[in-house]
Amino acid sequence: MTAYIIRRLLILPIILFGVTALIFGMLQVLSPVERSALYVRDIPKTDRQVDAVITRYGLDKPFFVQYWNWLVGTVDGETGERVGGVLRGDLGYSRSGREPVIDVLVRRLPATLELAIWAMIPVIGFGIWLGVKAALNHNKLFDQVARVFAIIGWSFPTFVFALLLLLVFYARLDWFQPGRLSTGFSQEVIKPGFTQYTRMMTVDSLLNLRFDIFIDALRHLIMPVTTLMVIEVALLLKITRSAMLEEMRQDYVTTARAKGLPEKVVTNRHIRRNALIPVITVAGLTLAGLMGGVVITETVFDYPGIGSWAAQAAASLDVLSMLGYALFSAVLLVAANLIVDVLYAVLDPRVRLS
Amino acid sequence: MTTISEPVVLRPRADDGGELREMTRLEKAVGPEWARLIRGIITNPLSVTGIVITLAFAFIALFAPVLAPPPNENWPRMQIPRDGFRTEPQPPMSEWNKNAPMRVPWWYRNIWPRQESWVHIMGTTSGQYDIWYGVIWGARTAFFASFVVTTLTTILGVIVGALAGFYGGWVDELLMRVVEIFVAFPFITGALILASLLTPRLGRSIWPATIALVIFGWTGYARQLRGDILATKERDYVLAARASGAKDSHLMIKHVIPNAMFPTLVRISLNMGSVVLSFAALSFLGIGLPEGFADWGQVVSFARSFIISLDTYWYIIVFPGVALLLYGLGWNLIGDALRDILDPKLRGKKA
Repeated sequence: MTAYIIRRLLILPIILFGVTALIFGMLQVLSPVERSALYVRDIPKTDRQVDAVITRYGLDKPFFVQYWNWLVGTVDGETGERVGGVLRGDLGYSRSGREPVIDVLVRRLPATLELAIWAMIPVIGFGIWLGVKAALNHNKLFDQVARVFAIIGWSFPTFVFALLLLLVFYARLDWFQPGRLSTGFSQEVIKPGFTQYTRMMTVDSLLNLRFDIFIDALRHLIMPVTTLMVIEVALLLKITRSAMLEEMRQDYVTTARAKGLPEKVVTNRHIRRNALIPVITVAGLTLAGLMGGVVITETVFDYPGIGSWAAQAAASLDVLSMLGYALFSAVLLVAANLIVDVLYAVLDPRVRLS
Repeated sequence: MTTISEPVVLRPRADDGGELREMTRLEKAVGPEWARLIRGIITNPLSVTGIVITLAFAFIALFAPVLAPPPNENWPRMQIPRDGFRTEPQPPMSEWNKNAPMRVPWWYRNIWPRQESWVHIMGTTSGQYDIWYGVIWGARTAFFASFVVTTLTTILGVIVGALAGFYGGWVDELLMRVVEIFVAFPFITGALILASLLTPRLGRSIWPATIALVIFGWTGYARQLRGDILATKERDYVLAARASGAKDSHLMIKHVIPNAMFPTLVRISLNMGSVVLSFAALSFLGIGLPEGFADWGQVVSFARSFIISLDTYWYIIVFPGVALLLYGLGWNLIGDALRDILDPKLRGKKA
């Protein structure tokens, strides 16, 4: 197993190199003049200024030179200082956020993490439960109903579902509101009396013993969490169901039954344990799926996380913010993939030995 | 993934009991594999529903000029006509004042005999874009997006997957690393960014989103086909063909790819539906399409300025939203049934 993990770790730099090259490659769609505008905060007015920027940052140099400069930064000719460089944590300046990209990312990330974590819990719980139940009732009513629901959930456009929720529960009933906190509370959490330990409202409010804020934060999370659930539960249900069905046909199940073990033991101790191995790995990947799903969900619910920021950046062609978001989510996904693969090897001896 | 899928073989169903029987007419016409596929699809109520829905959309797309006539002959067809510029949306069946089509379609006068003037059947959005026109002509956008994206991703994925699976070794290693790099981006994030970067280059049109969805959409096909080819190429008939001196290209095109393609069919069908959802999501976020282009996602996006009074303006979301949902549902129902027919693990088992 150690060899397997080492092999995975050795591939990691190659993948990360590819990811950054792909992101930088996408940037090449823009012309040097357009890209020159990304490096300076005030848009240069004359052609000479534009040319100066292009020469200074080497925007007309070959792809690999530019890529290298983008990774490690360039040395300023006059001051001798090294400026920029993604590897040094400098993702550039966010035009729409009016501050460095890395700062926006760090400031907005906790809100998205909070949303993703709250969504993960019901997604994994419901998805596995429904999938197991559907497989045990294979081709019976429960299975058929679950299946139809999964197909509908799978076909539902996220933004339409989100808007329908807003239509019913906000515009009509006014039970839940979009945003992150009600106006009064969002003023209160930035006052000195309230310490923001994690910047996740549901956690901070409890640490500050403000249960009214906790309830308010939860109420704002219900609609976006429900939206994220609809798609992801369908996926997890499908995978759990087919994993269960496959294990149910294995020889060891027949053996267990032949030995006279009660059906409950066969299901719980034998089938489900083995079926859940691939499911757990997929559950890890739903976090990554959620990171994609938050772009639409946060936008519709006006939730101030990194997803809505990315959508705004894309609509207003704030290129450096977009690339910062892409880099972040790609690194997150690569990390999640790695953890999942290692977990798989740990849990399933068949992978380890082959 | 480390698991290698079981070889997919299509032969007469196990529940035929292995008895010899006459070939049916269908089997004679298209071969036993396709016959089983077709019979499976037309006997399953879910997939029949899917086929009916999809055919209905094809009908709508085909007869769009009759169902929602453009204002005049020279009108750019995919542009939604607008009845003035007021912000306040108008409810369904309200009168169409400015820019109304010259001829009121015959079917409309037959349904409501007393109505002589053309109306906004589904109301208007803010800026007075006609929702009915957007929904009807949006079916053409949907078919265009799903056909173009699915065709191109399939071709790209099949080429990469086939090369990787057939040659193995360093070709496989290299291509699979490339796939992993693309998979590292959440699909919608990658597509969103590329489409947004392509928009100033290509101009506002249907292409930026289409190309972006192709670039980030082919990896699933490549992985799937690679696995299926790895399984197929060890089969006896391939080995026999190889032993009889067939060239690599002949082996691939004649023997391996056609037999490894069936699971890819399932993916194609499921993708036809999901592509449209992603395409609509991008245009909902305001990426790619020009304003007023007949597209379901675009029409829904007009609702974003009325979040607090959505219950009054429900028609802006509900009509195009239902169109999107049904279109995706149609393809997904077909794909789901196909999977059940083709999945060797579930075949002939009465669990």
